Amino acid sequence: MNSAAALLELRDIAKRFGATQALDGVSLALAPGEVHALIGENGAGKSTLMKVLAGVESPDAGEMRLAGERYAPRSPAAARKLGVAMIHQELAIAPHLSVEANVLLGAERTSMGVLRRGEQRRIARAALARLGRGELDLERPAGLLPIAEQQIVEIARALASSARVLVLDEPTSSLGAHDVARLFSLVRELAASGLAIVYISHFLEEVSALCTRYTVLRDGRSVASGLLAETSHEQLVRHMVGREMGEMFPRVPHARGEALLEVRGLSGSKKPEELSFTLHRGEILGLAGLVGAGRSEVLRCLYGLDGVVAGSVSGARGLRSPTTPRASIAAGLGFVSEDRKGEGLFLDLSLADNLCATALEPFSRGGLLSLRRRDLRVRERLADLRCKARSPRQAIRELSGGNQQKVAIARLLHQDAEILLLDEPTRGIDVGTKAEIYRWIGELASRGKAVILVSSYLPELMNVCDTLGVLCRGRLVALRPIEEWTREEVMRLAVGA
Amino acid sequence: MPSELDGSGSARGNAVRWLAAALAPFLGLVLVVLAFWIYGRLFKPDATFLSSFRLALIAKQTAIVGMGALGMTAIIAAGGIDLSVGSLLALSSVCLALGLEQGYPAYVAVLAAIAIAALGGALNGVLITSLRLVPFIVTLGTMLFFRGLAERLADQKKIQAASAPEWLGTLLDPPARGSWALVCDGVWIVLVLGVLLALVLNRTVFGRRLFAIGSSEPTARLCGVPVAATKIQVYALGGAFLGLAGVFQFAELNKQGDPTAGAGLELEVIAAVVIGGGSLSGGRGSVLGSLLGASMMTTLRSGCVFAEVSDPMQKMWIGAIIVGAVAVDRFRQRAA
Repeated sequence: MNSAAALLELRDIAKRFGATQALDGVSLALAPGEVHALIGENGAGKSTLMKVLAGVESPDAGEMRLAGERYAPRSPAAARKLGVAMIHQELAIAPHLSVEANVLLGAERTSMGVLRRGEQRRIARAALARLGRGELDLERPAGLLPIAEQQIVEIARALASSARVLVLDEPTSSLGAHDVARLFSLVRELAASGLAIVYISHFLEEVSALCTRYTVLRDGRSVASGLLAETSHEQLVRHMVGREMGEMFPRVPHARGEALLEVRGLSGSKKPEELSFTLHRGEILGLAGLVGAGRSEVLRCLYGLDGVVAGSVSGARGLRSPTTPRASIAAGLGFVSEDRKGEGLFLDLSLADNLCATALEPFSRGGLLSLRRRDLRVRERLADLRCKARSPRQAIRELSGGNQQKVAIARLLHQDAEILLLDEPTRGIDVGTKAEIYRWIGELASRGKAVILVSSYLPELMNVCDTLGVLCRGRLVALRPIEEWTREEVMRLAVGA
Repeated sequence: MPSELDGSGSARGNAVRWLAAALAPFLGLVLVVLAFWIYGRLFKPDATFLSSFRLALIAKQTAIVGMGALGMTAIIAAGGIDLSVGSLLALSSVCLALGLEQGYPAYVAVLAAIAIAALGGALNGVLITSLRLVPFIVTLGTMLFFRGLAERLADQKKIQAASAPEWLGTLLDPPARGSWALVCDGVWIVLVLGVLLALVLNRTVFGRRLFAIGSSEPTARLCGVPVAATKIQVYALGGAFLGLAGVFQFAELNKQGDPTAGAGLELEVIAAVVIGGGSLSGGRGSVLGSLLGASMMTTLRSGCVFAEVSDPMQKMWIGAIIVGAVAVDRFRQRAA
């Protein structure tokens, strides 16, 4: 690109934290009206680059220019003033404040310390109207809005401070397909109105659908950039991992055995409604659907985390209708939560504590634990999973997202679960670890375990599962062998058409 | 622990690092003692801070706060808080005096006092889990309730139990000169229970469950931890420690049950735990740290008396040092 036309230009940015060179020569050029994809595995340096852009960290070397001027923000507030706004994966919404207050948070209009409500309302209304949500109730506490709307409020905040560059970090990770489509058309409109947009995502399909150009980060360097239209997914993956991936979805041969879990007419206190299906040994059953269709609730109900109001469940190991997670674990069920930080792991505790939390019996005698035997077992598990960790006593917080997720899954192996309920097990983790988890799911099936996989990422379901069910508004509308599905058909049923 | 150090790096470097990590919690206490000792050398040529009299006094004062801090360490590790500790202590001391007055054997009265405080703690736990209220609110309420109960039982008077056996009055008295015991019985009881509690927290299923709940309750539920039962148990355990602290208090007041004793104790106990590395958001806490925190608080107080710091200045200093100590600890944790 002609650098004169660039709105934002980064040249050879470097940043070191202690012994780690987080950024080691990143260059990027953004034109107004462009949606630029920034891709890379976890740990490639994306978040550090974002921090540098947002003024949270200042680079050790390199140069940034915004509209030709030197750009060196000292704080996020300064970056925002200069017109660079971030929308983080975890939204920065003050849930108890109104929509209006959220849109103008940090940029309140005042005279002599008193809010100028009229002007505030006008600005908030205008920003929301530009996003096609002029009708949103400005007085409503933002925390009561659905996630997708909260995201709109955050984008409106960026517009209200007249952003010229908008950085979206994994914006679709908690959205359903319908909201994703709405967000995409919004992003396109914003770009058409002259904003430059950096779009960070793990989903290559999304990137291809939305963005024009891309930059790949690997080990803190920008290793490739170009037009997405001219680059295949295989090439992108190769740039990201820096080696031949073989295949994204390794197949491990497995065969379906006898029935392991019979669900008849199960209704939960929230969702699902009248759910019936049979799960077999060696079967990987996928559940697709929009956010709010009740996919997670199916797993939570089966596991005893959500209340059950009707129906029956029966299976091997004396499995009966779910009561509590404790009983479910004893009956051979294992559950991986979609909310890794809040519900999946104990972030303050060690890797060993996390891995063994569901089954301490193997190491305890009369309530007294043998930490030596525990650590031995944990070491074996970590080696099985090729999980990179210094020691079983290491704090789980220090591991990367992918390695944390390996520990969360290893917990199910440790408790010897027969039926694995996996809720978005690959959310927010890098491509390499994703492929390992897919292989692993296949291996579990080949050993006669049964897996129910909930995912928002359709290619994952289509390539990993043997059977796929589609949920719509709490009901299982179809359950068929994977060969009988097309992606279009899944979407058609998911939206209730 | 040596088993943690299995990675790369020289054995000597590891040993140094291990020693530094093992000694770090003592740093605050050592600094405080050193400061007052130097002050004494400079300004009080005729007295030394490290006299056996003062050490005995510090040990005695630490016994009560330290006993409370043991229970609070477990409660805070499980993500809870107990503001009713001072009232439970008073309740226990009153019950002990009443029991003795009624003519029950001393050990029965002591066990009953501990059991009543444990029941009070269990009540906290039951209210927290069944009403789903935050522990701060529940124990704020029971702090008043137990205080009122103690005052009512004692008819708002101190109860002298003259018939109590000698050993019950001398729990916190310094041992006879030349005795092998060095410090009073109360301190030995705190130390033995401290070792046991550390063992329970780190090496038992119950202990790991406490930390699990404190770190993330949803995750604990997902992992099949019996959350409600464990919480009730930990509050009851905390109550039992306070029951014993109440027995110490009874000894401290020369065989008196005092319904007004222990007012404000909750703040000292909580300060001791957080100075020792406990996190009010749960999931962290160490017995050794809490006991050192308790020692640091009482040493500070004793030192201020030694240095003839006025009472208002004393409060300001101690307040500032609590915040400073916790800030330093957090900084150390982040740097590690």
